[in-house]
Amino acid sequence: MTEYGGGRPMTRYIRHACAFCVLLLVALLVNAARVQVVQSGSYAANPANRRATIALYQQPRGDIVVGGRPVTGSVDTGEQLRWERTYRDGPLYAAVTGFASQLYGTAYLEHAEDGILSGTDPSLSPLPLWQDMTRRPTRGGNVVTTLNRAAQEAAYRGLAGRKGAVAAIEPATGRVLALVSAPSYDPGELSGNSEAASSAWARLNHDPEKPMLNRAVQQTYPPGSTFKVVTAAAALDAGVVRDLDASTHSPDPYRLPGTRTRLTNEGDGCRDASLRQAFAWSCNTVFAKLGVDVGATDMTATAQAFGFNDTRLRIPFAVSPSTFDTRVDRAQLALSSIGQYNTRATPLQMAMVAAAVADGGRLRTPYLVERTTRHGGETIAGGGMRPDRQVMRPSTADLLKELMTDVVRKGTGTNAAIPGAVVGGKTGTAQHGIGNSGVPYAWFVSWAQAENDPQPKVAVAVVVEDASADRGEISGGGDAAPIARDVMRAVLGR
Amino acid sequence: MTKAGTAVLAPQAVGGVVRLPRRRGVELALIVVAVLLSVYGYCAVGLARTGTVPPGAAGYGAGLGVLALLAHLAVRIRAPYADPLPLPIGVLLNGLGLVLIYRLDLETPGDRAAPAQLVWSTLGVGLFIVVVFLLRDHRVLQRYSYVCVVGALAFLLLPILFPAVNGARIWIRVAGFSIQPGEFAKVLLAVFFAAYLADKRNALAYAGRRVWRMQLPTGRVLGPIVAIWLMSVGVLVLERDLGTSLLFFGQFVVLLYVATGRTGWIAVGLLLAVLGAVAVGRLEPHVGGRIADWLHPFATIEAGRGPNQLSQSLFAFAAGGILGTGLGLGHSILIGFAAKSDFILATAGEELGLAGLAGIILLYALLVERGYRAGLALREPFGRLLAVGLASILALQVFVIAGGVTGLIPLTGLAMPFLAQGGSSVVTNWAIVALLIRVSHSARRQYDGQEAM
Repeated sequence: MTEYGGGRPMTRYIRHACAFCVLLLVALLVNAARVQVVQSGSYAANPANRRATIALYQQPRGDIVVGGRPVTGSVDTGEQLRWERTYRDGPLYAAVTGFASQLYGTAYLEHAEDGILSGTDPSLSPLPLWQDMTRRPTRGGNVVTTLNRAAQEAAYRGLAGRKGAVAAIEPATGRVLALVSAPSYDPGELSGNSEAASSAWARLNHDPEKPMLNRAVQQTYPPGSTFKVVTAAAALDAGVVRDLDASTHSPDPYRLPGTRTRLTNEGDGCRDASLRQAFAWSCNTVFAKLGVDVGATDMTATAQAFGFNDTRLRIPFAVSPSTFDTRVDRAQLALSSIGQYNTRATPLQMAMVAAAVADGGRLRTPYLVERTTRHGGETIAGGGMRPDRQVMRPSTADLLKELMTDVVRKGTGTNAAIPGAVVGGKTGTAQHGIGNSGVPYAWFVSWAQAENDPQPKVAVAVVVEDASADRGEISGGGDAAPIARDVMRAVLGR
Repeated sequence: MTKAGTAVLAPQAVGGVVRLPRRRGVELALIVVAVLLSVYGYCAVGLARTGTVPPGAAGYGAGLGVLALLAHLAVRIRAPYADPLPLPIGVLLNGLGLVLIYRLDLETPGDRAAPAQLVWSTLGVGLFIVVVFLLRDHRVLQRYSYVCVVGALAFLLLPILFPAVNGARIWIRVAGFSIQPGEFAKVLLAVFFAAYLADKRNALAYAGRRVWRMQLPTGRVLGPIVAIWLMSVGVLVLERDLGTSLLFFGQFVVLLYVATGRTGWIAVGLLLAVLGAVAVGRLEPHVGGRIADWLHPFATIEAGRGPNQLSQSLFAFAAGGILGTGLGLGHSILIGFAAKSDFILATAGEELGLAGLAGIILLYALLVERGYRAGLALREPFGRLLAVGLASILALQVFVIAGGVTGLIPLTGLAMPFLAQGGSSVVTNWAIVALLIRVSHSARRQYDGQEAM
């Protein structure tokens, strides 16, 4: 083999060189496995990696459904963050839906049910392993709410041009029928990632009217006279009052125990009034004394049974806790018992109070999500009824219903009367500000039962801030009661 | 698949010489598979993006099919004993590259690269056919080795006259087309190296002193090697093209080793490479920056300046996982500039996953192995060294660029053979495959039943 030049075994060296090249390619594969398998998770989680954000908006978001029709939608922008949230009647449902923004995240139902709506909730995929294999994104599911469209619209119309909130509940179940905060905003303005979205965000956050504050669940107000429902329940349950028509032996004016402060009433006739009279005329003196007679322990127990001081209420988004101060002296207890001092309540809390009275003393925890479904429509989870608790004796609830019915029939709440229905209510006018100088809040809490229904179908609480009526007038009946009436009529279908 | 190079399945005695089966049917069948896979990929992109088969699918398939068939016919007529694997592998990689570029074009509607790439692929297959037809015997090339080296140097120096593009002077722009002459130079240099070393191998192997267990070369033969090294460094400094210089030098060292069997050459080569790299890395901020990126790919993120291209590339590979997102469903476009060329493998890694990436790398490995096998089967040193040189170019190029985009080695700009956008690269790679076809034809036609020494 002369042509190989002295028989140098080139074959061997070719094999070595080939092995070297193969080694290089094997090194590539090993390194690829390191990047794609071992490091995959940490690279995916790197905040500079846009893929997670892109994935979040790569498909239309699931919808929030009210009364069988979606109140949300999605629009294909064709941009890198492809799908953007849209809202039909955005301001009408803003207190419920919240917003889903590519810049500012999510709020309220959009936040609480984000897993379902965005498609990341594991319960959405019927075959999770197969889903992992194909890596096909799961379509977002829908969230069906308990809202009553007509009631929601009535509440929104009623609050038009004012500041305030409405919460309505179905007493027998706890379903939230209406939840409105005014003034409202269009959450659709915040959906995108454009300049317009960020300027809308800045504008809404700096608006002195605070349109993005959800007054129905996030704002607490002094409940004023509407809290007398709770005080009356405590007095009846504790046996401090046994007969609605017996004298309560209350002085007028009432000197707060341990102080020289004398509590008076707006009107006359509260001295030694019966509970029925005192409730109808909203006698501060009587209820302050009743609260003191019941005692801090029983007052606190009753208030907490209604839901005050509950920090864990989720409907499914968080509700600000309503407060009833547990560490009070007798003077403070007297003021607390007429809805002043540190007693504060969200509109939803006061709707729960009315609902408990309407449902025989049982309180159903309110909830907003009827059920969640897959994109195709199969139900994943029914929100269903939550456990209930007995807030007061059924007999006490019956008596309170009687008292509240009187208020609407011939007292301060006649504006809430509905022909063909039994309506019970309680007005409230809460002073606030330094030396009660602020324009008062007008409250109205009520429930309604159509004549041929076996039980009340709706309980509602309305608060109107800066009520237009002059101080001293019973603005709860004037400003808030007509709104409550319209909401109740919408639910009853009358 | 049987080992087409050496397995003797049906030896026929024709004129006293053992004849190997021609295997052209196998080649045709594999070409059909390659074309179908490419068309499937093209359709998969359309289905994933718009839910419909893209309108050009039939035309794309027909075009690729006709090109591949013409190449196959040329092989059937002029190189009937050629290895049946290189052509289908080339068709599949080229087809897949077109699919990936088409897919990335969808993200950049204003900048479509696939049509031009298709034109270049056609030119490449045309060159393939011309080489297969006109080059009767690869040994003819040996006579033109000095023409080749002059041509190669001219190609290398040409871009210096043109303005730099993205920090590197490796392009020339003529009539709207940009050409990378360095790509052509690498084939010409492979021919020259093979011819030079086949001529001088004995002198190189036996001369020189022995130092510890290594035989060191003498000064007389050291000259050309130092010249080649200087040329590589020159390319690096003048054109700021780390990849190409690494490629030339690596190829030369491999061939030197194969020709002489002297490990001392490898030691000298590595020493010179390290010296050159360190010196240039210190002097050239462009090259030094690449090394810093390689050591700390996420440094720009930690510094609050957002992800750089390498980290975007790593994110893309990581997003692919084992099975990938599926064609058309990844976000490798986030890499930005050069996503279709240097970083094309990241798209493959993200959308086809580790499985697809392993498949692609195995295709390259197979192509390289067929080149080496042809070298083993041949009996004259020039052919052997030419086959080894061409196969090594492919292997080194794949390693340098794929290792760069996956963070294994510092990133250097090189085109992924066949896959990446870049006309010169596609044409050159088709020329490489044509030469491998010619060499393997010679090897298998002369096969005498014994393995060459």
